[in-house]
Amino acid sequence: MTPLIEVRDLYYQYEDGTQALDGVNFTLNVGETVAVFGANGSGKTTFVLHLNGILRGQGHVRVCGIEVNKDTLVRVRSKVGVVFQDSDEQLFMPTVLEDVAFGPLNLGLPSDQAIATAKTALAQVGMEHALGKAPYHLSAGEKRRVALAGVLAMQPEILVLDEPTTFLDPPAQRNLVHLLESLSQAKLIVTHHTRFAAALATRAVFFEKGKLVADGPVDEIVQRFNWIYPALDAADLRYSAQRRF
Amino acid sequence: MHHVLMDQWSQGSSPLHARDPRAKILALLVFLIVLATTAPNAFSALVIDAAVLLAGILIAGLPPISLLMRAAVVLPFSLAFGLISWLAGDRLRALGLVEKSYLSTVAVLLVVGTTPLPLLLSGLEALGTPRLLALVAQFIYRYLFVVSEQAQHLRLAAACRQGRERQRRLGFRAAAGALAVLFARSYYRAEGIHRAMMARAFSGKFALFRRLQFRLSDGFFTLAVTAFLILVRIQ
Amino acid sequence: MHIPDNFLSTPVWATLDAVSIPAVGLMVKRAGRELEDTSIPLLGVMGAFVFAAQMINFPVGIGTSGHLVGGALLAFTLGAAPATVVMTAIIAIQAFVFQDGGVLALGANVFNMAVAGVLAGYLPFWMWAARRKKAAIFLGAFLSVMVSASLALGELLISGVAMPRPLVLVSMALFAMSALIEGAITISVVQAIERLNPGLVQKPEASNWRSLAVLSGVALVLGLVGFLWASSAPDGIQRLGTQLGLAAQTSFHAPFADYTAFTFDSAWLRRATAGLAGLLLVYAVCVAFGKMIGRRRSA
Repeated sequence: MTPLIEVRDLYYQYEDGTQALDGVNFTLNVGETVAVFGANGSGKTTFVLHLNGILRGQGHVRVCGIEVNKDTLVRVRSKVGVVFQDSDEQLFMPTVLEDVAFGPLNLGLPSDQAIATAKTALAQVGMEHALGKAPYHLSAGEKRRVALAGVLAMQPEILVLDEPTTFLDPPAQRNLVHLLESLSQAKLIVTHHTRFAAALATRAVFFEKGKLVADGPVDEIVQRFNWIYPALDAADLRYSAQRRF
Repeated sequence: MHHVLMDQWSQGSSPLHARDPRAKILALLVFLIVLATTAPNAFSALVIDAAVLLAGILIAGLPPISLLMRAAVVLPFSLAFGLISWLAGDRLRALGLVEKSYLSTVAVLLVVGTTPLPLLLSGLEALGTPRLLALVAQFIYRYLFVVSEQAQHLRLAAACRQGRERQRRLGFRAAAGALAVLFARSYYRAEGIHRAMMARAFSGKFALFRRLQFRLSDGFFTLAVTAFLILVRIQ
Repeated sequence: MHIPDNFLSTPVWATLDAVSIPAVGLMVKRAGRELEDTSIPLLGVMGAFVFAAQMINFPVGIGTSGHLVGGALLAFTLGAAPATVVMTAIIAIQAFVFQDGGVLALGANVFNMAVAGVLAGYLPFWMWAARRKKAAIFLGAFLSVMVSASLALGELLISGVAMPRPLVLVSMALFAMSALIEGAITISVVQAIERLNPGLVQKPEASNWRSLAVLSGVALVLGLVGFLWASSAPDGIQRLGTQLGLAAQTSFHAPFADYTAFTFDSAWLRRATAGLAGLLLVYAVCVAFGKMIGRRRSA
């Protein structure tokens, strides 16, 4: 079976010379949910931006068999939907409906079909009541769901979520877990929130200084790199106090 | 905050809310022009104009006291200039300034209070406003309150670090720094929006999100209002 | 500086509406040629920034504080045509959503602040930014406020709004103070922005002094028109306004009749032409300036 995402020897350098991605190899298969861990600045978000061609480095990135280059961008972006960390940057249209319809309209759907698709996507995330609302009036959790709807409306095969629990309170986080569980797409979740990742992912990868240094079951990776979400007992607090940032 | 109120008002449902924005904009223009050319001492005409507005407010289901108070923002200007004109002997102009500028403001509030801004912008675009201008205005409105909140936070954060007991306002350099940070954050936010647009296959042009349908009732509304106002004016 | 409805006389607001529409249309076309739709969010967010920035107070001495108006800053970071588009959108939103400025008076406010103000601000920057950046920025910001405020005052006076001379002088002094504050704020913000990322500030070409002769005259005219109108005896301006029929004094009973009257009265027409020429001169200058930028860029 063709992998949904195939990344081979991906290198990317910033303008100031920093090697953001240093030979990354990665595969995502149908039905998988993979967690992406790593310290801030280790290249996780840079990596994600290569999957839909927003950044283009050296190496190969193949999405659903399509090689990512400047001619295939629209096709690739209809296959992989990215939910960004900042929902205010993602919901840039004046109303919820118009924002979710943005993607379908870009894919060439006529206005009424785009609206219908948008409504279906909003129903999938439980936000169909907010059609005419301005994004400013939504809570962080609601914005996250609308952003997800905007991506789902394009009927992607892969969902990429960049720090999806940012600004979400625990109930909203739980709702997001349930919602993501109900979606059949393969998922890539960039997160610091290990418990959230463990609830959804079977596999995890670990980024360190632009290199993908580990790939395995979530628990194994978490143990190996001590990527624990600190529990509040004395032993852990003492341990955390000793760690250096 | 004010905008929250306006957003709430404009989300209502009344015969006035349901009218095509173009019909309302045209009716507003007719009203404003008729009002501008009405003599300040043509009291009967002015009273009828005010009555039309009040009827509109009630039909729209908007809170009259709230709206009339909101329109009073223009009064400091008009009363000040009116006072000067009165003292300079031009009593008619003084009167005209105050009463007409207030009525104009109520009229604008009535239209904006029954039309969500994105819809109003669509109407303006359909009436000939350049698309670039309407889109820029749409984005300004979308991010207006987000960036304003950021500005408040920056002010608060800087004020907390000021160390001067009495002064609540920022020093000049602190304020300039705050503005520069706000500018930079806004710029990077724009970059983030750009990435989000590209991620959803933006092809270079914003597609038209058709939401307007000019119905017979809209035409009837505009014509009726226009005819009535002109009749009143001519009397 | 945002003129509400029913402050200006009908010929004045109508003329300015008629003048602003093509002026803004021209700037929109220019901006459209310079930028793609992908830049629209940037323009929008920058407009939101200006709105928000107006909330931050800068202390300037005992008890007084000023705030950024922003036209010049927008011009220095986005370019003149985009800055006009953003300012126009801001003024429209201020009028509709915040009732700051009238709807019929939009033409006047847009002309004063988004067209004349932005161009007056950009001109010194365009000419001198390569050599004397700080001075150019300060002068540009100063002029943008001074010109737009003076034009507003002039329009009010020519409409016949009574303003005794001392009040006019005080107003001009306040405008000058606001203009100085704008200059100071704009400089410090531009410098801070450059420290963060120099690419965010426009870089006009190294030497534009071939057009210097013509354009110095332009700058002078822009400044002079504003100053002249407001600082000379306000009663004189009012008298001029009355003579031109722009300020209908007592014959309020049939302003429509007055309106038709002046199209037939040839003597009046001559005087009206002379009076409106001042306004149109400023407009023509802006258009010419805009075209000159266009020729330079495409050259």
